[in-house]
Amino acid sequence: MLEGAPQAQLLAGGTDFMVEVNAGLRRPAAVLCLNRIPEIAGWRTDNGHVVLGAALTYTEMLDAALARLVPALSLAARTVGSPQIRNAGTIGGNLATASPAGDTLPVLSALDAEILVVGPGGATRTVPFAELVTGPKRTSLAPGEIICEVRLPARFGTQEFLKVGTRNAMVIAVASVAVVVDWAGRNVRVALGSAGPVMIRATEAEEQAASQIDWDERRLLARAGNLDDFVALVRAASRPIDDHRSTAAYRRHAVGVCAERALRRAVADDALKEDQWSS
Amino acid sequence: MEQLTDNEALLSYTLHVNGHDRAVNDALLSENLLYVLRERLGLRGSKNACEQGECGACSVLIDGRLECACTVLAAGAAGREIVTVEGLTPAGDELSGLQEAFLAEGAVQCGFCTPGLIVSVHDLLERTPDPTELEIREAISGNLCRCTGYGRILAAVKVAQDARHP
Repeated sequence: MLEGAPQAQLLAGGTDFMVEVNAGLRRPAAVLCLNRIPEIAGWRTDNGHVVLGAALTYTEMLDAALARLVPALSLAARTVGSPQIRNAGTIGGNLATASPAGDTLPVLSALDAEILVVGPGGATRTVPFAELVTGPKRTSLAPGEIICEVRLPARFGTQEFLKVGTRNAMVIAVASVAVVVDWAGRNVRVALGSAGPVMIRATEAEEQAASQIDWDERRLLARAGNLDDFVALVRAASRPIDDHRSTAAYRRHAVGVCAERALRRAVADDALKEDQWSS
Repeated sequence: MEQLTDNEALLSYTLHVNGHDRAVNDALLSENLLYVLRERLGLRGSKNACEQGECGACSVLIDGRLECACTVLAAGAAGREIVTVEGLTPAGDELSGLQEAFLAEGAVQCGFCTPGLIVSVHDLLERTPDPTELEIREAISGNLCRCTGYGRILAAVKVAQDARHP
């Protein structure tokens, strides 16, 4: 169908696109609805990975079985909008809209998600998350390409997601952070949302955090009671802007607070979460 | 939506609403489901306020899932089972138990948010017959009320909940 109308607007949950249509900002000549294609619905496990269909809704991401495999994804999905929005919005739509405030995007960044894209004629390619979202509301998708699947590691490390907004529901992130402590690889991943034009991996802060963990004892080093250097590196990595939702200064402050809190929780919660996974 | 007229395709399709097939003729592609329900099908229970999925006043059930009709492309809802607040109400002047509870507890003031809340709470009680207060609060977190206040709404939900399980 897309080959006949390559300029057709792809429509998933509609929670972003229809807002622009309703405001008179968009006037689609053709729309291709993606929300009832069985091939991109649901999720499955595959060889140590979780494969999410592009049409997987936020409500479906709250599924307890999926939450055990990718906890941070469920944490992030729980913070999206309201029940109405979570029933409509999808992982594929969150990616394609590519908002700097997309709630699942810090998680996909921290877990180095791979996105399966299908193009005209059925050609597929796999795109690393960092190469898919190229700017605010911009992606590297070519006309006629559709996001089909998102691939994430299952049961990977200990995961946290934190988001700041003016209330718990119906809030677009002022700032958000995903932290993953990878016990096997002895590294830490820190991804920042709403803190720059795209998701930011705070790589220097990641290395600093790894140096503050006693990997054998699975706890923070005693001297790491003070994570000031880590927090400073997180803030230095952020590139926030002033807008109607917040100031850059507040966002820079918030990502530091959230990253420290998430790191402390991830290390402290590890024993608990390992138990949950083995059950 | 008057500004969305020139060069836009006109479509005719059938929506399945509250158990009936309803023809929609010569509609613009960009029309949202709320507009079609209210302006073309005369179902004015669902209310239009924000047109961006923020307020919940247009909450409907689509294939059993609670959604905001304003962010649903109407033409894309063809072939799906749509239930509006009218579909949750007995025929004539009678009210549902949930609606009676809202009235009895003073949870209706200006009434604009009430239809959306009725649909959201109906959805909650169908899925979770005995919700905790936190579950009620989360279930109505996408329904804005700016005059009654949520205390009376929570009380009404609890009355309806108890009435379902005497």
